Amino acid sequence: MKHYGLVDGTEGSLLNFLKGLPGVDQVGTEARAAMLATRSIKTSSKKFAIDLAISMVDLTTLEGADTPGKVQALASKAVRPDPTDPTVPSVGAICVYNDMVSIARKHLDLVGGAHVPVAAVSTAFPSGRASMAVKIQDTTDAINAGAGEIDMVIDRGAFLSGRYIEVFDEITQIRALCGDRAHLKVILETGELVTYDNVRKASFLAMLAGADFIKTSTGKVAPAATAPVVLVMLEAVRDFYQMTNHRIGVKPAGGIRNTKDAIKQLVLVNETAGPEWLTPSLFRIGASALLNDLLMQRMKMRDGYYASPTYVTID
Amino acid sequence: MTEFEYAPALESRSIVTIKPQYGHFINGAFTQGSNHFPSINPSDEEILSHIALGNAQDIDAAVDAARVAYESTWSKMSGKERGKYLYRIARILQERAREFAVLETLDNGKPIRESRDVDVPLAAAHFFYHAGWADKLDYAGFGESPRAHGVAGQIIPWNFPILMLAWKIAPALAAGNTVVLKPAETTSLTALLFAEVCQQAELPAGVVNIVTGDGSTGAGLVDHPGTDKIAFTGSTDVGKAIARAIAPTHKKATLELGGKAANIVFADAAIDEAVEGIVNGIFFNQGHVCCAGSRLLLQEDVAEEILAKLKVRMAKIRVGNPLDKNTDLGAINSSEQLQKIRDLSQTGDEEGAERWSPDCILPGNGFWFPPTIFTGVTQAHRIAREEIFGPVLSVLTFRTPQEAIDKANNTPYGLSAGVWSEKGSRILWAAQQLKAGVIWANTFNKFDPASPFGGYKESGWGREGGRHGLTAYLKEAESNNE
Amino acid sequence: MSERLEVKKTYKLYIGGSFPRSESGRTYEIRGKDGAFIANACLASRKDLKDAVVAARSAQASWAGATAYNRGQILYRIAEMMEGRRDQFINEICAADGISPKDAAKEVMAAIDRWVWYAGWSDKLSVLAGSTNPVAGPYYNFTIPEPMGVVGSIAPEEHSLLGLVDAIAPIIVSGNTCIVLASSRAPLSAITFAEVMATSDLSHGVANVLTGQKKELAPWFASHMDINGLDISGVDEPSMISDIKTAGAQNLKRIHSFNGAQNPQRILAFMEAKTIWHPIGV
Repeated sequence: MKHYGLVDGTEGSLLNFLKGLPGVDQVGTEARAAMLATRSIKTSSKKFAIDLAISMVDLTTLEGADTPGKVQALASKAVRPDPTDPTVPSVGAICVYNDMVSIARKHLDLVGGAHVPVAAVSTAFPSGRASMAVKIQDTTDAINAGAGEIDMVIDRGAFLSGRYIEVFDEITQIRALCGDRAHLKVILETGELVTYDNVRKASFLAMLAGADFIKTSTGKVAPAATAPVVLVMLEAVRDFYQMTNHRIGVKPAGGIRNTKDAIKQLVLVNETAGPEWLTPSLFRIGASALLNDLLMQRMKMRDGYYASPTYVTID
Repeated sequence: MTEFEYAPALESRSIVTIKPQYGHFINGAFTQGSNHFPSINPSDEEILSHIALGNAQDIDAAVDAARVAYESTWSKMSGKERGKYLYRIARILQERAREFAVLETLDNGKPIRESRDVDVPLAAAHFFYHAGWADKLDYAGFGESPRAHGVAGQIIPWNFPILMLAWKIAPALAAGNTVVLKPAETTSLTALLFAEVCQQAELPAGVVNIVTGDGSTGAGLVDHPGTDKIAFTGSTDVGKAIARAIAPTHKKATLELGGKAANIVFADAAIDEAVEGIVNGIFFNQGHVCCAGSRLLLQEDVAEEILAKLKVRMAKIRVGNPLDKNTDLGAINSSEQLQKIRDLSQTGDEEGAERWSPDCILPGNGFWFPPTIFTGVTQAHRIAREEIFGPVLSVLTFRTPQEAIDKANNTPYGLSAGVWSEKGSRILWAAQQLKAGVIWANTFNKFDPASPFGGYKESGWGREGGRHGLTAYLKEAESNNE
Repeated sequence: MSERLEVKKTYKLYIGGSFPRSESGRTYEIRGKDGAFIANACLASRKDLKDAVVAARSAQASWAGATAYNRGQILYRIAEMMEGRRDQFINEICAADGISPKDAAKEVMAAIDRWVWYAGWSDKLSVLAGSTNPVAGPYYNFTIPEPMGVVGSIAPEEHSLLGLVDAIAPIIVSGNTCIVLASSRAPLSAITFAEVMATSDLSHGVANVLTGQKKELAPWFASHMDINGLDISGVDEPSMISDIKTAGAQNLKRIHSFNGAQNPQRILAFMEAKTIWHPIGV
């Protein structure tokens, strides 16, 4: 059913739906997120959470200064995060700019990472300020180069000025391009949307337009994936499932720097959307420095003493 | 599907040293006490210690000590110096916060997360706030140099032991009174630990006295001719008994009694936060809260949606060992209270309401009750009228805002109420109409030393906290109605 | 056995949480009542004042955004640190004022107790200056006192420590940030006091301390367009007061002067009152 039968693609229908969403109380949301952050995850559950988090990491490099060398190092790290310990799982994906996709894909396949997808940021990431023709070309290039996942940005200018149908149409077009060759993550850039009401609206808009994943941020704007924002998005995917029987994934990106932060995210998932979402096919964490902290914590759990950065690889 | 189990995350007990037996704290020192009775951990029925049963002589000694301390030291001390004692107490409470939290959880059965994050910090804040009033009473609106009553007899309940102690002692001392405090029978340990804090703060002997015991001890304190002022938090029935007991005397009392608060959810509420607020309103502290939102009033057109979400949310409530940092719902404080909850719940069944609880595994020993809702409840049900004081929510519906208000007000109680709506004018209108001393809009169970707390009608007399709360402890603030 | 040489303290300014020297590089001599050399104090310039205002402004929003409870606790902590440095304060006052240690101790203890008094007001100001107002209509109408922003303060020459407490505590307890010009005759207590603030969890820039000459700096305090209020209790000369008020008129600074008693009006004078209306209706 097109758009799950909830909207018919017209502006009026979309506006009606979005206006009908309940508001989000800021203080209540932040209090709930803060309470869930007090969960104490220790011993066996911590071990489980660390490995799960590693398997969910979208290992990312999105710098102007990226080179083939850098991307290749990232790809090796993605497949074998700890060369001394083969029990460490591979990450969920690697995430690069679209002109690095073929290098990434090639190298992954070379080092035994055929099972690790390449996610490409797309549609004039990070600002989204370009013509639709450019965005379409951007996406097509990435898919042709071997990207299995597209992380697109929404037009925040259009959203904030109330032109929801434009945002919606852009997403449906990119979704159509992806077809069944790539899954689509839609980046909301929650830091620019500012209010939780907007985050909820944008989440539903993206899901109705065909997102496979809703993603918090580009990582270039702070605040990024704060706990309350992720909470609101998890509530949205949970409610969407109730309405449509479809599970959409969530990807927080930016600001998740250490194991504690990552585990807090998993607790949010567990107690909001539910354990069905505790899989890399429905939850990813966009990060770079996080992986080494996860590895060090994993070492501590394995060996019983605190680790040092000397014992993890820099890419 | 992956299950994310949380391994046990127990807070360590080693921070606390509990003596096998305690006496009373009178005139700055611990006494031997007599007629000791056991005090247990309600989560597993382990005997924690033995508490003395205060008798007439103990009360006499305590009231005398308080009187002497008042006449010779405390009433002669400047507010500035009194305030500095209270600051010391606040700081020591903060320093020993973890110890108090663990002890409170062991003695009361409430989750460590709550005693750590709510009870103890609020208790310290209460002393901090009132420390600043001690030398500013001239500005509180009671005239120049308002005077204390003298000796205050204070009786507190078992649901928030250290917090209720702070609510009583801090303003009393700030206003210049000395006190004799009787903690609840089942939860005396943090009060006795507080006595150590008084010693560490070098509080002059006799300013604070703690006499433990049961209902007879409390009655003795109320009746003692040496107490000038009575402050009581507990059940409405006992509150009425106290009012009758002091009627022939000149004594004044403040009473914080029971409630059956309505938590009103309008259709335009922020739904997820309202569900959270409903859960918080009745399951926080196992529902052992006088101001608990125990009557949920749902606007009929969102009732189904909210109940569905509520049940999903309730299924995530973690019931278990109170010392586990991940526990949400702890033990019921005593077997007596558990029986009351069971009895009233049974009337709910008998009167035709529909009971629902999520599946949860309750521990084998100790006193436990699962989080429970009754739907199909009307005002005519006993469970809509009587205070259950447990994790049991009665759910009613309404069609119009006025109907919600009428149902909410249709009770002899008047302590608190909740209103959930995204429309400001509606919230303020509802707040204006509700006959309750504390109204929470889009939130619930929020407390602050600066925020006056207390009820209308049979929920009691007077307020605690804020400038209003000082009224209870100053002569000039209260009438002389004989 | 030869006497041990003391490691003497260098007295600098306190701006934005750091202790810089004056950007002008100037100092002036502090001598005791007996004429003996005590130390070189920094002679602050108008540029130092400018830097201090920038620091105070950038700290103001988050200081005002802290809970009143939090501000009260931080101010109480300052009192704890003051008490710990009692002897140092006593020595400095004895040297500067030539009074006996007993009298110096009296002043220090009075200063600490006064600081504690102000600290306790942080969460009680609404009792004095807040209200719900019974307007003739279906409106909820309430007035709340709010801090005004950045306040400059010129401390009195006498009673260097007690005067300093009056010059800072009532201003910052409500959420303002301040720049204080210490007594030029006896500035050393002010810098020691800055060290107390630096070790008390007080955010950088909430209070800034300059030492220097009133004649030089008062005009710049008065004319600075990003200072919202001035406490000129430390200015006695009528012509200087008049000049300050004239220059302050340019951005309508709220300018006040008080005598030495402790008084909650000193807090309220540097606050604004905001009144909010909201309809009541179903």
